[in-house]
Amino acid sequence: MNKFKIVLNGIVNENPTFVQCIGLCPTLAVSTSAANGLGMGFAAMFVLIASNVAISLLRKRTPDEIRIPIFIVVIAGFVTVIQFLMAGFTPALNKQLGIFIPLIVVNCIILARAEAFAFKNTPLDSALDGLGMGLGFTLALTSIGTLREFLGNGTIFNITVTPAGFQPGLLVILAPGGFITLGVCMAVFRALRARLAERRGRATPEPASGCAGCAVCSICDTAKGGDA
Amino acid sequence: MTSRLVIASSPHIHSGLTTQKIMGWVLLSLLPAGLAGACFFGARALTVVAVCVVTCVLSEALWQKAMGQPITVSDLSAAVTGVLLAYNLPPTIPLWMAGLGSVFAIILCKQFFGGLGGNIVNPALAGRAMMLISWPVAMTTWTLNGVSGATPLALIKEGVSASVDALPPLWDLVIGRVGGCIGETSAVALLLGGGLLIWKGIISWRIPVVYIAVVAVLSLLLGRTGGVFYEVLAGGLLLGAFFMATDYTTSPMTARGQIIFAAGCGLLTALIRTFGGYPEGVSYSILIMNLTVPLIDGMTKPRILGEVKK
Repeated sequence: MNKFKIVLNGIVNENPTFVQCIGLCPTLAVSTSAANGLGMGFAAMFVLIASNVAISLLRKRTPDEIRIPIFIVVIAGFVTVIQFLMAGFTPALNKQLGIFIPLIVVNCIILARAEAFAFKNTPLDSALDGLGMGLGFTLALTSIGTLREFLGNGTIFNITVTPAGFQPGLLVILAPGGFITLGVCMAVFRALRARLAERRGRATPEPASGCAGCAVCSICDTAKGGDA
Repeated sequence: MTSRLVIASSPHIHSGLTTQKIMGWVLLSLLPAGLAGACFFGARALTVVAVCVVTCVLSEALWQKAMGQPITVSDLSAAVTGVLLAYNLPPTIPLWMAGLGSVFAIILCKQFFGGLGGNIVNPALAGRAMMLISWPVAMTTWTLNGVSGATPLALIKEGVSASVDALPPLWDLVIGRVGGCIGETSAVALLLGGGLLIWKGIISWRIPVVYIAVVAVLSLLLGRTGGVFYEVLAGGLLLGAFFMATDYTTSPMTARGQIIFAAGCGLLTALIRTFGGYPEGVSYSILIMNLTVPLIDGMTKPRILGEVKK
């Protein structure tokens, strides 16, 4: 596969948040401000690239039967590294993100990419896949975070951008606002993608539904017509 | 020359009642409450109503234009949503907030779900709920004749139970001379409008009567300060029971279903008023019961003729 396409795939065609709809728990929880979204996105991207490379290097030595525990151990190792790094260098952000940094271990984007991509591809391709997926996740979190921070707090990256008379709407910062903003962003992203494809004369990308929409569809036995 | 022979599937006889006519009657029956609001809260109340109606109609038209759908603002449903939302706002609400609430009601609660008939909750109430959560201070600042004060239900919540004299007299509730939302205070105006709707057959009596009766009985059982009449006339109960719980889209289809729905609204209203964090529970109780409507409709589906009960 074209190297550039691997990166672009994670950002647009298989964007983890807007297209695959995985990793939504941290997406909803930490996207209350643009800075939080960016921080969470970069932390996840670091773990994704590092774990993808490590798992890809180990892929010929990993027994199939126990690959999931091995993936988790590798991912957990890198999450510990990023947690200590963030606690040391960005203590404020670390405190803001709280439990969601250790929870990157069980973020399904990272496990899904290990299983679906890194386990079957070269270390370089896996690193690029991690970069693309990480950028896609960061882009989604930052855009949702910017929108929520703007509407719910009147600021963007802690800089006040709204006129003095504006009272921010608290709803957007609260949990229901997270769901509403995510849904609106997802709809806009998919509509833009469909319009772009139409302009280039390609078929409109149909949103995958049901079994085909699953993040590990490409490696699933059921999807290939075999027994589950 | 067009053909005189029209071939169409049944039904062939039309009652002549269109969405536009129904919504026109609803608007007309909302008029007395609006006049009472303007009378007690001043011209500012009318400005809020105008802003909400204009924003609702404009956002519906612009959305439908942008989406390439036929523009249906002439069915007046967006105007009704605007009026109902405005009636649920305090007269001092900043106008831009009223505008944003209208956009939320029409775009997010109505058009996202497919427009008229597709929404799962009452758009006006959802808009109000969004505003109440977003701007709690502006949404609970009540003034009457330029003096700020609490609504009767808020006074009961704060616990002025010791002295019923601290509450406004019952007569003020009947005509609407108390603090509150623009269109909810005047009981006599709301009863006039609601009666008109029932008389013209636009709404059935079941939902409003059962709703109000359940609240009345429960407030008696729960021993609320002020008494049964006070509970029924105070707050947004009459506005909600006649004009919002009866919304065709978000209320059950069968008579049995409507009674279950109204009883649920009444139960939730009384419980929120007595035990909840808010002094008034009409809007949330209707919103919660709106979500159960598909279940109620499924449960109360009439049996087909000849079907044997299992």
